Amino acid sequence: MSRTLIRGAQILGGAPRDVLIDGETIASVGGSTSTGSRPDDAGAQVIDADGLILLPGLVDLHTHLREPGREDSETVLTGTRAAARGGFTAVHAMANTFPVADTAGVVEQVWRLGRESGYCDVQPVGAVTVGLAGRQLAELGAMHESAAAVRVFSDDGKCVDDAVIMRRALEYVKAFDGVIAQHAQEPRLTEGAQMNEGIVSAELGLGGWPAVAEESVISRDVLLAAHVGSRVHICHLSTAGSVEIVRWAKSKGWRVTAEVTPHHLLLTDELVRTYDPVYKVNPPLRTEADVLALREALADGTIDCVATDHAPHPHEDKDCEWGAAAMGMVGLETALSVVQHTMVDTGLLDWSQVADRMSARPAAIGRLAGHGRPVSAGEPANLTLVDPAYRGEVDPAGFVSRSRNTPYAGRELPGRVTHTFLRGSATVVDGKLT
Amino acid sequence: MKRHLISAADLTRDDAVLILDTAEEMARVADRPIKKLPTLRGRTVVNLFYEDSTRTRISFEAAAKRLSADVINFSAKGSSVSKGESLKDTALTLEAMGADAVVIRHPDSGAPHRLATSGWIGGSVLNAGDGTHEHPTQALLDAFTMRRRFTGSGGGSGSPGGGTGRDLSGRHITIVGDILHSRVARSNVHLLSTLGAEVTLVAPPTLVPVGVGSWPCEVTYDLDSVLAKSDAVMMLRVQRERMKDAFFPTEREYARRYGLDGERMSRMPAHALVMHPGPMNRGMEITAEVADSPRCTAVEQVTNGVSIRMAALYLLLGGSEPAVSPRPDTPRTEENDR
Repeated sequence: MSRTLIRGAQILGGAPRDVLIDGETIASVGGSTSTGSRPDDAGAQVIDADGLILLPGLVDLHTHLREPGREDSETVLTGTRAAARGGFTAVHAMANTFPVADTAGVVEQVWRLGRESGYCDVQPVGAVTVGLAGRQLAELGAMHESAAAVRVFSDDGKCVDDAVIMRRALEYVKAFDGVIAQHAQEPRLTEGAQMNEGIVSAELGLGGWPAVAEESVISRDVLLAAHVGSRVHICHLSTAGSVEIVRWAKSKGWRVTAEVTPHHLLLTDELVRTYDPVYKVNPPLRTEADVLALREALADGTIDCVATDHAPHPHEDKDCEWGAAAMGMVGLETALSVVQHTMVDTGLLDWSQVADRMSARPAAIGRLAGHGRPVSAGEPANLTLVDPAYRGEVDPAGFVSRSRNTPYAGRELPGRVTHTFLRGSATVVDGKLT
Repeated sequence: MKRHLISAADLTRDDAVLILDTAEEMARVADRPIKKLPTLRGRTVVNLFYEDSTRTRISFEAAAKRLSADVINFSAKGSSVSKGESLKDTALTLEAMGADAVVIRHPDSGAPHRLATSGWIGGSVLNAGDGTHEHPTQALLDAFTMRRRFTGSGGGSGSPGGGTGRDLSGRHITIVGDILHSRVARSNVHLLSTLGAEVTLVAPPTLVPVGVGSWPCEVTYDLDSVLAKSDAVMMLRVQRERMKDAFFPTEREYARRYGLDGERMSRMPAHALVMHPGPMNRGMEITAEVADSPRCTAVEQVTNGVSIRMAALYLLLGGSEPAVSPRPDTPRTEENDR
């Protein structure tokens, strides 16, 4: 069994300590280095973690790995490599593949590809409805009982807009402690929508995606979840109004959780003035006021977690006019840097809260065993080491994702993942994949 | 002048007045027996049209030909990615053919901006209408038409005419109709306010964009309340299909509330103009009585469109030499340039 000693790491940003990994688990966590207490590190490979932060491996609730069907933009292998490089040890693979992950067969295929990749755990998300069409429930039970053991179901990319179908799905998954992750977008209010509806869309003449199209669906769904006593999770919450609704629902004690993407914590619709489709994403970039409300909500726990909505697209689908371009941004390799920039360096979150929002909470929402655990002896060694002092420009050419559609190219962001461990095996060493 | 003409919002007052003054010179050439100038001889102008638009295309074509440019008409109907060659590949093709200017009409807002900033082509880009964004040469020809009419020098040959050097300060311009989907309205709001005019938009609330509050203009839902103070009322085409999307209940109700008829026209000041970018929906936003009245400048706007587009092409491509000899008796036509 391999042994690794991480020397002098600041666990969740605390005082420097030594952590010994033995095989797949954390064997011991030493006292503060200054006290001199040391784990037994005989024969261990030593990593000098001076100045580095040690976090539990990050967990993404919202990743598009594109396989099967769009292997030109990403595969399970390339996507999990990108995930590892971004410090993730588990990702939830969204169901809008070709074919759609709406059967036990497809979710098992994705799950198996994840196991074979070896870079991070892949937990398939099952579609709520057959073909994401919103009309007939997919075999949710079969997907749960499959080897993939699906617990999170989502038609992401499309909204489950039929109130009866949504109600039934919420009720049905209670039988196996499942959760419906809703892509909240009222379809009629967003026909032809190209960007946030507001001052900028009025000037640019691009079809508006109004905040109310998101907020009206969230309002309905938190009420439905309360009515039937089910869990609902709101994907990529993007408006200040949505924050208010979720805050209200949580104050009632309803079982509502929500995620925010890194890009909605940083970017605004002002960027659309460039007409550069790299900023085209769904839900769209909103206003500065929305960005600030989302940061505040992530800080106070109204929003439970950060999820990347990593959405790879081939170059030609972004190298075109705005209206013809695909929606989405890659995010796995920049997520932690954006969170450090927007939340840590601004004083809104400390590193232990980052561990909560990017590992513990998403793992809990997905009921993912072995992830989002404390950094302590006996726990699975899913770990991420971050250099918070690092500053550098984002260079898409250096990405390991198959796609390059990042909105951060050339932007200076802080922080860098130096090491990632998946059950004790290093998947990233000194910032490079193993 | 900048290298491209993408948005009326990019024009300063001096840019805009320069274009109008240059167009005034071009208009004088049109009064001569030989209407052609050698200015752009050997230059290639491509009309790249992704939407049907006979009037805008032939206006640009006439303008380029009067400046002796070679004109290539490239009609590419339909969306690029779904129906064939991408905009990028088309642009690379035009670049390879040596296009000095690309006049582009495209159903997607921002396509001309993309063409100009993507590095796909090196030439000048002229926006001939993009989606529901802008149509800057339309706004320029509208301003040109107004300036000529307001200064009472409607192009008498030899006269300094057209209010050269002047802007539209103090004028009240009312724009009526489908503001939400109108690139003409967006360009006019920017340009007319830059030229000092006070602009009022009139539309049913459904056809006013959310976010209009940041525009340099007033907005009202009541046409009758602004007629008496308007120096010009610009009627926009309202597509009958909008009714299906519930923007207004019926054509008749739209015409009653927002259409310009003889009775409403009679309440405008005596000097006030009626403008329309065309094509008109007679009986919808404008009655035949108004459309055919001497106050309606619709046909004059078409004529002026050629002069404005000549000016725009000249200023973007021609450089600093004067387009027309300052002495009207020795015009630098193609004939005496040899």
